[in-house]
Amino acid sequence: MKSFLRLLASVATTLLGLLLVTFVISRFLPADPVLAVVGDHASESTIAAARIRLGLDQPIIVQFWLYLKNVLQGDLGESIRTGLPISQELMRVFPATLELATVGTIIGVILGIPLGVWAAVRKDTYIDHLVRFFGLIGYSVPIFWLGLMGLLVFYVKLDWLPGPGRLDFGYEEMVTPVTGLMTVDTLIAGDMDLFKNALGHLILPSSLLGYFSLAYISRMTRSLMLGQLRQEYILTARVKGVPERRVIWKHAMGNILVPLLTVIALSYGNLLEGSVLTETVFAWRGLGLYITDSIFGQDMPAVLGGTIVVGAIFIIINLLTDVAYRVLDPRAR
Amino acid sequence: MTDWAIAATPPRWRRWLLAETPQSRLQARLSRAYLSWVAFARNPLGMLGLVIVTVLVFLALFAPWVAPHNPLAGDLGYRLLPPGGEHWLGTDQQGRDIWSRIIYGSRTTLLIIFMVAITAAPVGIIIGASAGYVGGKTEAILMRLTDAFLAFPKLVLALAFAAALGPGVENAVLAIALTSWPPYARIARAETLMVRSTDYVAAARLTGASDLRILFGHIMPMCMPSLIVRVSLDMAGIILIAAGLGFLGLGVAPPQPEWGAMVSEGRQQILEQWWVCTYPGVAIFIVSLGFNLIGDGLRDVLDPREG
Repeated sequence: MKSFLRLLASVATTLLGLLLVTFVISRFLPADPVLAVVGDHASESTIAAARIRLGLDQPIIVQFWLYLKNVLQGDLGESIRTGLPISQELMRVFPATLELATVGTIIGVILGIPLGVWAAVRKDTYIDHLVRFFGLIGYSVPIFWLGLMGLLVFYVKLDWLPGPGRLDFGYEEMVTPVTGLMTVDTLIAGDMDLFKNALGHLILPSSLLGYFSLAYISRMTRSLMLGQLRQEYILTARVKGVPERRVIWKHAMGNILVPLLTVIALSYGNLLEGSVLTETVFAWRGLGLYITDSIFGQDMPAVLGGTIVVGAIFIIINLLTDVAYRVLDPRAR
Repeated sequence: MTDWAIAATPPRWRRWLLAETPQSRLQARLSRAYLSWVAFARNPLGMLGLVIVTVLVFLALFAPWVAPHNPLAGDLGYRLLPPGGEHWLGTDQQGRDIWSRIIYGSRTTLLIIFMVAITAAPVGIIIGASAGYVGGKTEAILMRLTDAFLAFPKLVLALAFAAALGPGVENAVLAIALTSWPPYARIARAETLMVRSTDYVAAARLTGASDLRILFGHIMPMCMPSLIVRVSLDMAGIILIAAGLGFLGLGVAPPQPEWGAMVSEGRQQILEQWWVCTYPGVAIFIVSLGFNLIGDGLRDVLDPREG
């Protein structure tokens, strides 16, 4: 119990640090927060009024305190472009990213773990080299470029898959958002054509993210697996005549399952990052596209709002992994 | 005995390098470097990476002589020519030779990697080593700050910084450096904690060396090896983040060639003129693969267990 409290305290201070970073960006960097709100041609009295309204006449510590209070109450300010509350806009776009990153992680897990195990078992054979090289390509390729190439090949040239967006053009209005997950919402509506359409649009971007997740997961699985296969209990099991399949998938796998969970969680967090560029390429209306659109629209409060949410999700994922680790691994208790 | 020692009579320089009892510090150091090199050179993929990066450096250094055309001035009469003939990789929407722009773009890429490395690494080592050496509240505060930076996905934080600072290569470097230092601080702290209580540090303190002198003269040098390795492992990631910033228009100002921005410029023509955005992306991919291959080779040498 005590260690859980300590964990929570450390999460709270990390969150505080995260907000300190975004606060510093919003207050000290060249883009003037007042000019950003009132525009370049505002009169002096308007600027002065805006300063007071934004609390910028207060000492910096007080400003930070006000900022903290607002953010923790879910108030991330208003978007300069739309005038709507940023938290509301983020809630609207978040499910799209969730859908993309979740399907991507599922693909990465389903393919990455067997590939990693296969490479470990066939260490130093051509299979091992191929799997490692395939993973290394995933580490090296610029995701936005691979997305464009995917569209070029599968949409433009072969016409196997639909183009950018979450649905074909003009279909988006036909779906009533319930969960915000397009595949689920179309199922709820009971419209199989729309569901197939949504699924088709999901294939390319999620496979792309899945590849990046696979690269990481297969590499870590391989290395964790190798660590186990060196152990003496594996030798013992083999000597006793336990079938090789069982030695690997039951004995060794059982021991790497918990660290593997951390790997998967980390890769999920990394996909949030990968989704920024992927969503931009695929016009996928999620968190990432929201951030890049806000950058193009000079909408700094919205950029920072998105940044805070991504950072907070990252922290929450780490917290959940930590908790799961303690629950699942008796040695960590 | 390993197989290099079996060679009948190695030349003098090799015998000197492989001496069991080095006579000077220099000899010992060179000897270690040589052994690591021999181990690294056995890895064909690592050597491939080294070749790629060497070619990159060569292209960047000799760009004016290697590039067949002017990277900035295009001829609108030759817009969007397909690859082949005089323009190997075709021309872009302003009639500029894409191959020449890729060659000059290698300068931007190398400049960004270099600048990020020499800004982020010193910041990381100073913060990490001070935290580890001083301990107590200072350490707690500095390491919490480090954790806070680590709580952001790198690209997203770099985007936020770059968006606030505005476009430009210096700002891109600053944004990437601001997101790159935390792992270095962690490494430096870990190394410092190990070194802090050693006898030679105690001896230095007894002879009256000041804290600053111990920190800079006796502790930080010990952090350097693992830090340098980590920085070189990070280079591929730096390239990808820089390219991502460039793709989103937060990199180098327009006429200057930058690979990520070139991909973005080619997006409008992707349906008809696929080569405009394809080749710069291939360049990013090859170079980042080169650094990753070197990194993998290095990891195998330094930590053979993982291999």
